[in-house]
Amino acid sequence: MIESSRIKRAVRSILTTRPDEIGCEECLARMDRFVEMKLDGKDPAEAMPLVQDHLQRCRDCHQEFEALLRAIQAVADRR
Amino acid sequence: MRERTNQEWLAELAGPGPEREEALADLRARLVRGLGYAMADRPDVTEAHIEGFVQEALLKILDNLDAFRGESHFTTWAQKIAVHEAFTELRRKRWENVSLDDLIDRYEGDFTPAILTDPDPSPEQQVTQGALLRMVKRFIAEELTERQRQAMLAVVFAGMPTEEVARRMHTNRNALYKLMHDARQRLQRRMRDAGVSLEEALAAFESDSR
Repeated sequence: MIESSRIKRAVRSILTTRPDEIGCEECLARMDRFVEMKLDGKDPAEAMPLVQDHLQRCRDCHQEFEALLRAIQAVADRR
Repeated sequence: MRERTNQEWLAELAGPGPEREEALADLRARLVRGLGYAMADRPDVTEAHIEGFVQEALLKILDNLDAFRGESHFTTWAQKIAVHEAFTELRRKRWENVSLDDLIDRYEGDFTPAILTDPDPSPEQQVTQGALLRMVKRFIAEELTERQRQAMLAVVFAGMPTEEVARRMHTNRNALYKLMHDARQRLQRRMRDAGVSLEEALAAFESDSR
């Protein structure tokens, strides 16, 4: 049986679909800048709303974003 | 490790001789450390794996120095490539024995969702959710192309990574995302045409964030 959380997410993703979504390529191209802004205490979601939107929709990109954030933060903290 | 500007990284990595070797060794060490932190919560990833991922990433980085746009630190850009390399390989490994056809067969017959036995929603919400789900199920069957339907089932309902579904469908992650975006737009349009208020429907599905 499909998990109900997955079905809810799926229906929400249909209902909230927007015409101007970007793809994974563009998200990945801007992810390094997005992560640095976040670690600098800026608001990348406001500066790059379409990247933020993609990260909320795409598990693959979100996973890589979280990992990159941890990597850069940890190396910076221990420099 | 010596700090370098973006220009210094690029010049040294592209240049000849001992400076290149030193820059490469420094970059490798930096990426291994970063990836180690990024993967700290994954007991299945060993140091040897991380060194392998970084080795592959370094080849790609050196081949694509021209693609660095200077919008971040060079090391952040390079780390992004190492992270991508690592996850691409980990996903491939994790899903290598799963066939797309089997997965789709398993989920296709089983769209009748657990949501109807979900204890959370109110009775009214349950009715709305049930009606909307039947509608979504019907529109998926009527409105989508075969590839769109397969992609949606595998990625959205079965939880397979987009990249892995793309590999099996002989395309790439970006193109598959776009194919699914088009599918979602079609489904949304069809729901609107059927008189569904997107806001009200969304409210029925926002009882929790799971």
